[in-house]
Amino acid sequence: MSVIVILLVLVVLIVVVGAVLAFMYNGLVKLRNKVENAWAQIDVQLKRRHDLIPNLVETVKGYASHEKETLERVVQARNMAMSAQGPEQQGQAENMITGALKSVFALSEAYPDLKANQNFVNLQEELTSTEDRISYSRQFYNDTVNRYNTKIQTFPGVFIAKRFRFGEREYFEAEGAARGPVQVQF
Amino acid sequence: MYDQVAQNKRRSLLLIAFFVALVAAVAWAITQLLSFGPIGFAIALVVAGGSAAVSYWKSDAVALAMSRAKPADPQTYARLHNLVEGLCIASGLPKPRVYVVDDDAPNAFATGRDPRHAAIAVTTGLLAKLNRVELEGVVAHELSHIKNYDILVSTLAVTMVGVIALVSDFGIRFLWWGGGRRNSDDRNGGGAGSILAIAGFALLILSPIIAKAMQLAISRRREQLADFSGVEMTRYPPGLISALEKLRSDQTVVHSGSRATAHLWIEQPIARTEREGRLSRLNRLWDTHPPLEDRIAALREL
Repeated sequence: MSVIVILLVLVVLIVVVGAVLAFMYNGLVKLRNKVENAWAQIDVQLKRRHDLIPNLVETVKGYASHEKETLERVVQARNMAMSAQGPEQQGQAENMITGALKSVFALSEAYPDLKANQNFVNLQEELTSTEDRISYSRQFYNDTVNRYNTKIQTFPGVFIAKRFRFGEREYFEAEGAARGPVQVQF
Repeated sequence: MYDQVAQNKRRSLLLIAFFVALVAAVAWAITQLLSFGPIGFAIALVVAGGSAAVSYWKSDAVALAMSRAKPADPQTYARLHNLVEGLCIASGLPKPRVYVVDDDAPNAFATGRDPRHAAIAVTTGLLAKLNRVELEGVVAHELSHIKNYDILVSTLAVTMVGVIALVSDFGIRFLWWGGGRRNSDDRNGGGAGSILAIAGFALLILSPIIAKAMQLAISRRREQLADFSGVEMTRYPPGLISALEKLRSDQTVVHSGSRATAHLWIEQPIARTEREGRLSRLNRLWDTHPPLEDRIAALREL
């Protein structure tokens, strides 16, 4: 009789502990996928910027044709970013785009017609908000990494993380002033 | 900053607990005072539950219709849409529906029941008077209301105030018409019974007022919390600070603002009366928002 009771208690205990472990494991996997997704979102926003650049170049060309050098730098930086191998190279190229865009928007100061062009105004709004989105998606990535890393370093997640090899993720870090946003002059 | 957010959340929970206790107390008062309480009380609860369900599912549609908000065209209001999208990326929220209210007074609000069924509305005055960074601060404040489930809390608060008002009204009416029954209902016996009856009666009369004051206290806490978590989103306090300063110096009053939806907006939409001296603290009890000066000062301290 008492043996059956003890056995029952044991079975219930095992089931409960197993359920808790499975629940925690699933939570960690979910969070890890969130980190990956957040990283992919940054690329989505970078691609959006790449897509907008040809339009910008076309629009500016019509008004400031002898500013070829500035425009070429944007195109060149974009091509470099699109063909970059590895995150480090891409990071450098993206910084170049940011810098080159800065000088294109500074250009518009000297060309009132360009500044008044509706297409240019729209593109400027799009590029400014894409710039915002790039930094916001990086911010969200870092926030997610922070949550994930905290979870796998603290009790009780640390045990599951150790057993199933959930590794820490690295933060996205901006290096120097080159990673700042475009200063749009109005 | 993070501590402040956690503290605010705890206090709001406490206030909701008070609400529940108040509902229970009113229910107790009614069963004490009325011999035929259970049936009437059941009817009141059914009516209250029905109105609660309607407000849960339809609160956003009602709030948007009451303030005459129209869906914002993605072309015309490209900047607004872009800011909302950007901040949603920053906070990991799905993009809410975006509405514009044709009104010269600068103001904004968020509504809905959860992040998937949410909407934010801004006035045309806000779009005209604020620059990009300031607008971003305000949009972040509204998105924080969505993220922190303030939109649900304020819906619940409104509903609970409604329930309490309804039930206590019900009780008072029954007492009025069935007053004679109390004498025959002398189970408690003598003095203790009549003291309980008086306490119950006082509770019935006071509870709607207490409930309203609590709803406003919740609203004020939530505004402060949304300021902080909005700044956590943009990582740029000066944007919201300068937006709030512009709202302070602007004297236009929202035409479509009514007392019923006052707690929704980023700034109190109803004209403030200047108050001085002893009564001002008491008057504050009826504000849906903390004074803008206090909010700006709190943000400056970050």
